[in-house]
Amino acid sequence: MTKIGLEIHCQLTKLESKLFCKCKADYRNHPPNSNICPICVGLPGSLPMLNKKAVEKAAMISLALGCKIPEKISFFRKNYFYPDLPKNFQITQYNAYGPTSIGSEGRVEIQNNEIRIRRIQLEEDPGRLIYEGSSEKTLITLVDYNRAGTPLVEIVTEPDFETPKQVRIFLNVLSDLVENIGVSDPYLEGALRVDGNISVGDGNRVEIKNVGSFRDIEKALHFEITRQQSLLGRNIPVQGETRHWDEARKITVSSRSKEEEQDYRYIPEVDIPVVIIDAITIATLQRQMPESIVARKESYVKKYGISTQVADVLASDKFYSDLFEKAHNEANAKEVANIITTDLMGFADTREKKIELKLTAKHLSDLVDAIMSNKITRNSGKIALQEIVKTGKSLSEVISSLDLGHVKDEGSLEKIIDEVFKEEQKAVSEAKQNDDAVNYLVGKVMRKTKGKADPSTTIEIVRKKLSS
Amino acid sequence: MNLGISATEFVSQVRDGTISVEEFVAKTIERIQKVENKVHAYITLNDKNALEKAKIIDKKICAKEKVGSCLGMPISIKDNICTAGLKTTCASKMLENFIAPYDATVVSKLKAQDAIIIGKVNLDEFAMGSTTEFSYFGPTKNPWNIEYVPGGSSGGSGVSVSAFESLISLGSDTGGSVRSPASFCSVVGLKPTYGLVSRHGLVSYANSIEQIGPVARTVEDIAFILNIISGQDVRDNTTIDNGSVDYTRDLDAGVSGRKIGIITQMTSDGIDKEVVSATNRAISKLQGLGAECTPVSIDAVEHSVAAYYTIASAEASSNLARYDNLRYGFDFGIEGYEFKAYVSKVRGNFGPEVTRRMLLGAFVLSAGYYGKYYLKAQKARAKIKSQLDEAFKKVDFLIAPTMPILPFKIGEKIDDPLTLYLLDINTITANLSGIPAISVPFDISSSGFPIGIQLLANTLQEKELLQAAYALQETTNLPEVPI
Repeated sequence: MTKIGLEIHCQLTKLESKLFCKCKADYRNHPPNSNICPICVGLPGSLPMLNKKAVEKAAMISLALGCKIPEKISFFRKNYFYPDLPKNFQITQYNAYGPTSIGSEGRVEIQNNEIRIRRIQLEEDPGRLIYEGSSEKTLITLVDYNRAGTPLVEIVTEPDFETPKQVRIFLNVLSDLVENIGVSDPYLEGALRVDGNISVGDGNRVEIKNVGSFRDIEKALHFEITRQQSLLGRNIPVQGETRHWDEARKITVSSRSKEEEQDYRYIPEVDIPVVIIDAITIATLQRQMPESIVARKESYVKKYGISTQVADVLASDKFYSDLFEKAHNEANAKEVANIITTDLMGFADTREKKIELKLTAKHLSDLVDAIMSNKITRNSGKIALQEIVKTGKSLSEVISSLDLGHVKDEGSLEKIIDEVFKEEQKAVSEAKQNDDAVNYLVGKVMRKTKGKADPSTTIEIVRKKLSS
Repeated sequence: MNLGISATEFVSQVRDGTISVEEFVAKTIERIQKVENKVHAYITLNDKNALEKAKIIDKKICAKEKVGSCLGMPISIKDNICTAGLKTTCASKMLENFIAPYDATVVSKLKAQDAIIIGKVNLDEFAMGSTTEFSYFGPTKNPWNIEYVPGGSSGGSGVSVSAFESLISLGSDTGGSVRSPASFCSVVGLKPTYGLVSRHGLVSYANSIEQIGPVARTVEDIAFILNIISGQDVRDNTTIDNGSVDYTRDLDAGVSGRKIGIITQMTSDGIDKEVVSATNRAISKLQGLGAECTPVSIDAVEHSVAAYYTIASAEASSNLARYDNLRYGFDFGIEGYEFKAYVSKVRGNFGPEVTRRMLLGAFVLSAGYYGKYYLKAQKARAKIKSQLDEAFKKVDFLIAPTMPILPFKIGEKIDDPLTLYLLDINTITANLSGIPAISVPFDISSSGFPIGIQLLANTLQEKELLQAAYALQETTNLPEVPI
């Protein structure tokens, strides 16, 4: 069995200032080392000033992921030397001496899988290293501290994923969620980063780091499963280690193992007094939370009679459930939901592809209405959809340019049916004895018309001809 | 001109025109130039700026313009407190060339009251030491006998005030660093309640323990300066609201009817005979003023030195990690070094005491030892605090000698860290528990060395503490510094 756990870093990009100073949380698009102050570069004598709003935003993520929030939260220093870390320690949270991080023991249900959240912690992002050339061979490393001190939330899951696909769905949900509750813009470069750990069968756990995008984590996990399975298949033990994702070669590469043996010598960060989060604060934050995925799912089932399975898939995806909200009405809701989940989600299943979609809510409602009023067939609808998401053309344009119009006219249909009857004489005589064979003939008509023939009219004419 | 006046006297003499600020500052600079080669209190002198500032203040006074309450008073600042534009070296090679781009909160508060920062004074490197011998720039010497240590780590603060090189000094007290030189140099030194004075701009050594504290010639001067430097600060999340107490009011309230506990563990074993007898005389004097003195046992004090050095070293190892010479520091090229090798190489430039404590600290925090050492030390700390809380239910103040022994020769104990650590036995209790403590000069030994008496009070009881200290001060008549 494959077990996958995740460590996700989410920047709180919706905040004005950094976690411990007044510098901008939005560090992007500043000249290097211009969004800095004595605090975020850790000059001697500087002390952290905790941004209370960051604590609230992190608490909202904890609530959204069903975590417990302790009454008292505190900070720790994680000590290690690295050039992107100006103080040579990172202010973070740590639960080894009792739960004091902003969240722990959470759980979320995604498409009938329960994913447990081990802990959520609030911490500062380090600066950024810029290598001249590849990081392996560079002689010069530049440091930009603009990012140093940006509020970051680390979400650690239990190893509850069994497939990379589950991981992808979870990450999509999480990405929607942080956007939805107004804490982060997951589409900003580096705002949402993920490391994975994975073990196959009884093999050791391997950590995968340095994964640039959500698309790549799925690839990296697939690669790792194959690699570990092939090792196990040859009775070679899997090494417990950290591996880096090599984006260019699309493989994971073993990192120097020293990194794992690091002792972070955690120590309480006494410059930041314990923060009390009382019941009133939590209640206030809860009121600011948008409708939960579960509540949304329930309303889809109850209000529109959408099947539980479709409602689950739809509600879990903010992008598509937003699209659904805009495109549907009382009458077509069920069909809109079906089109989204069976067709559209197949075309665009990643964040990147969703951004590229040219489809608007109006496209979708026009399309569903056209199908429901028999203007085009379900099948033509799928072809039209494919064209619309690529071009953004209107439905009527697409119908005429691809000649998707419904063949309903009895005269032209009769002609086609006659042709089919001529070609399929054996089937015709069979159909006269056995009604089941009628469908075969209707299918042939459909193929000839590329799915444009109106099914009920076709059946009617075929029956008439058979009995005559 | 008498440079040996108190800060309070300076203020009234400037006000009534007896002296001018420029004249006083100029004479102070002259005095510094005269005695520095003997005592070495200063690392950096701000003489030029100080004189300019003095002239401006004199002009303002002449023009009857509004002038801050310090009226151009020359104040020295321990060199681990940041001053914009003036070097802050922490007496370390690692910060040999460091100029902070900002003032510590205490420094901006002083400047806002028209104090003159006359210079930056010596300390044990990063405030780690009890003698000011561990300075990269060489030791500071005791003006009562320049072959002897002045105490530490704020030795420069104690000496500059004692030797008339400044009127007041700001030091920092992590384990007694303000009170020790105050006691050894016959001046007053206060360690305020943790959180009463902002640490913003104080270069961290042991940040859960240390406080900036003033050194001055009289208790009145301490009250005066505490009014200015205390109070909540957004730049230090650990500061607390003191309700804007005026420490100078009712300073002469006396100790009649006050209960004073004599800490048994700090007045018996290992205490110099003359120090013991001075302490007993101080107790009699206070009793004579109507105070009720009884022995109080705080047995957790026995664990205080071990707890202190565990916690302080642990915090130091983390606080001093940032000195990697990458962004500031001393000249040392990066060519030919990979990151970790460079950092190891440059960090070899810390002095012996700092290195010792960082190693000790890294050890007690390392995996598997945290519970055995650091957590255990924190438990001892909590026990000390709870025993003090109990004691303060019965008494208003606690009393003990500040230092267990008299000043000793420079170099005498420098190779014996444990003996040096044990010198802090009487002072670190206040640091570990966060309570305020003050050292008042009380007597001179037969060998000619100052003896200070320490009074301790409960959290935020500085006003009462200063009243008691004032009462004790008024019973003394001490000779002038012999330099």
